[in-house]
Amino acid sequence: MRGCSDTVSGVPMRPGRGFAVSQQTVLTAFMVLALFPIVLMWLTALKTSAELATNPFGLPEQWRFDNFAETWRQGNFAVYLRSSVIVVVPVVAGALALSVLAGYAFGRFRFRGRGVLFAVFLLGIMVPTEGLIIPLYYFMDDLSLLNTYWALILPQIALSTSFGAFWMRAFFADVPGELVDAAAVDGAGPLTTLWRVLLPLARPALGTLSVLLFMWTWNEFLLALVLVQDESVRTLPVALSFFQNQYTAQVPLLAAASTIVSFPILVIYALLHRRFIEGMVAGSVKG
Amino acid sequence: MAVGGVREGAPASSREAPRRGQGGRVGHAGSSGWLPYALLALPALVYGTFVVFPLASTVRVSFYDWNGLTPPVFVGLGNYVALMGDTLFWGALVHNGVFLLFYTVLPVGVAFLLVVLLTQERAVRGLALYRVGLFVPQVIPMVVVGVVWRWMYSPINGVVNVALGWFGADPRPFLGDVTTALPAVGLVATWVQYGFAMVLFLAGIQRIDRALFDAAAVDGAGPWARFRHITLPGLRGEIVVALTVSMIAAFRVFDLVFVMTRGGPANATNVVAFEIWRRAFQQREVGAAAAVATVLVVLILALSRLVLRLQESEQ
Repeated sequence: MRGCSDTVSGVPMRPGRGFAVSQQTVLTAFMVLALFPIVLMWLTALKTSAELATNPFGLPEQWRFDNFAETWRQGNFAVYLRSSVIVVVPVVAGALALSVLAGYAFGRFRFRGRGVLFAVFLLGIMVPTEGLIIPLYYFMDDLSLLNTYWALILPQIALSTSFGAFWMRAFFADVPGELVDAAAVDGAGPLTTLWRVLLPLARPALGTLSVLLFMWTWNEFLLALVLVQDESVRTLPVALSFFQNQYTAQVPLLAAASTIVSFPILVIYALLHRRFIEGMVAGSVKG
Repeated sequence: MAVGGVREGAPASSREAPRRGQGGRVGHAGSSGWLPYALLALPALVYGTFVVFPLASTVRVSFYDWNGLTPPVFVGLGNYVALMGDTLFWGALVHNGVFLLFYTVLPVGVAFLLVVLLTQERAVRGLALYRVGLFVPQVIPMVVVGVVWRWMYSPINGVVNVALGWFGADPRPFLGDVTTALPAVGLVATWVQYGFAMVLFLAGIQRIDRALFDAAAVDGAGPWARFRHITLPGLRGEIVVALTVSMIAAFRVFDLVFVMTRGGPANATNVVAFEIWRRAFQQREVGAAAAVATVLVVLILALSRLVLRLQESEQ
């Protein structure tokens, strides 16, 4: 393949066919590899345990949608879905509001201590949850918030505000100064400018931020594992890990449970994949 | 957080974060001395209470012998001294080190392979579709990833063993075997990470001026030379991000290990984050756990600084 040399007697050649094929092949192969376990999860969720032994890869002989009903009931997933929603909505809403406030301050104003304060806010992006979890547990215990939704909501708003402030600062700093000046000339104060001029412009940035925060909160594991033990407050990822211990041998039910837990995030990803990808790429590259 | 990925990646390029000298673009300057502080009051209160304060407390607790119930006893650096001779802790740290291979080296290597091929071609057909597909493992909860791969590795009808059986291999319990458990979990991390590196590099390569490749081709530069002198320098920012994000992920891995092996068999997949959880919440050695957590935080901050430094010194 390397043989299709690019310079024959100094003449630049079009890329060789061999390269085009192999590149497409490599991309396809890795995409199939990325999707294979997910598709396998869906197919497995629709089989019987017996069929799994004879037909691990193929389509189910009989599509057993009952598996989902059984898993839903036995695993109590209605309760956990409710908990996940109750946690995720206020976290995203609260973190968005705080991120706008902090991002506006960092992005459009100069003040003493801005550099230091911003660096402290950024710390939260890098610090692993393991670095906070021990005092958080005893702190929540002191506040009598263990086993409540607040124990999951408050720390996740705080952690999300770290990335959110970083994200919104980048947006606000990039807004052309003339726009803001024009608003000022028209007599708008800073808060009016934020509300009337900047926030409507920020809609795409806010949309992407919400999608990322939703994903991180939906998938959060350690906080939910440690700060709530009560089943009625348990969120979906932790519930799945407990379900796995109970139903180790019943692979189709495990697959159905995994499908249930990942379903909402996959639906949102299917609809808004561009925001996910651009957000995660830009969020890590942009400065 | 759960996706051991990108949230922590952001500061990778935030070295220019406290971007000074944009005073000209700051509206309302002068008239609003107190306003930025007022805007920051609530975010700082929440962030300070639930991130900064716990972080500082972790460091403080690490100087105490404490079981979480009886009053803590100050032991100075005692917990850290004990860690020096703690084989469990060092074992966990070594496993995180091995995970660097699976989180960082392999995914970035695979993404490079793709990039080498890509520079040959103008446009990839269906690029958007590939991006969407490659990114899926980044999006689904790590717990789901762990559960699915655990039965894929199962010796009883697990598809990995079934597939290897076609080549005549006997089924083996990959996750139950001391020698295979760590690489088996590691490969799952590779599966999660490579799509991110690929998408990142694909985005970066779009920015490189195509004329450079044409000029290089005219000058007779082969694929390797073009990769070495055009692609590699052009992707430097993306490479640093991929390294930082994946290295941090390798050191904070928890969900995957918790779900797939619980650190077993015989601590073969024990990692630092799991050790923190076990010490703090299973064995109630809270002070010792806080010391391990402090080491982890320092390690992660040092690592990301190191990568940034390396990048800056190259420029």
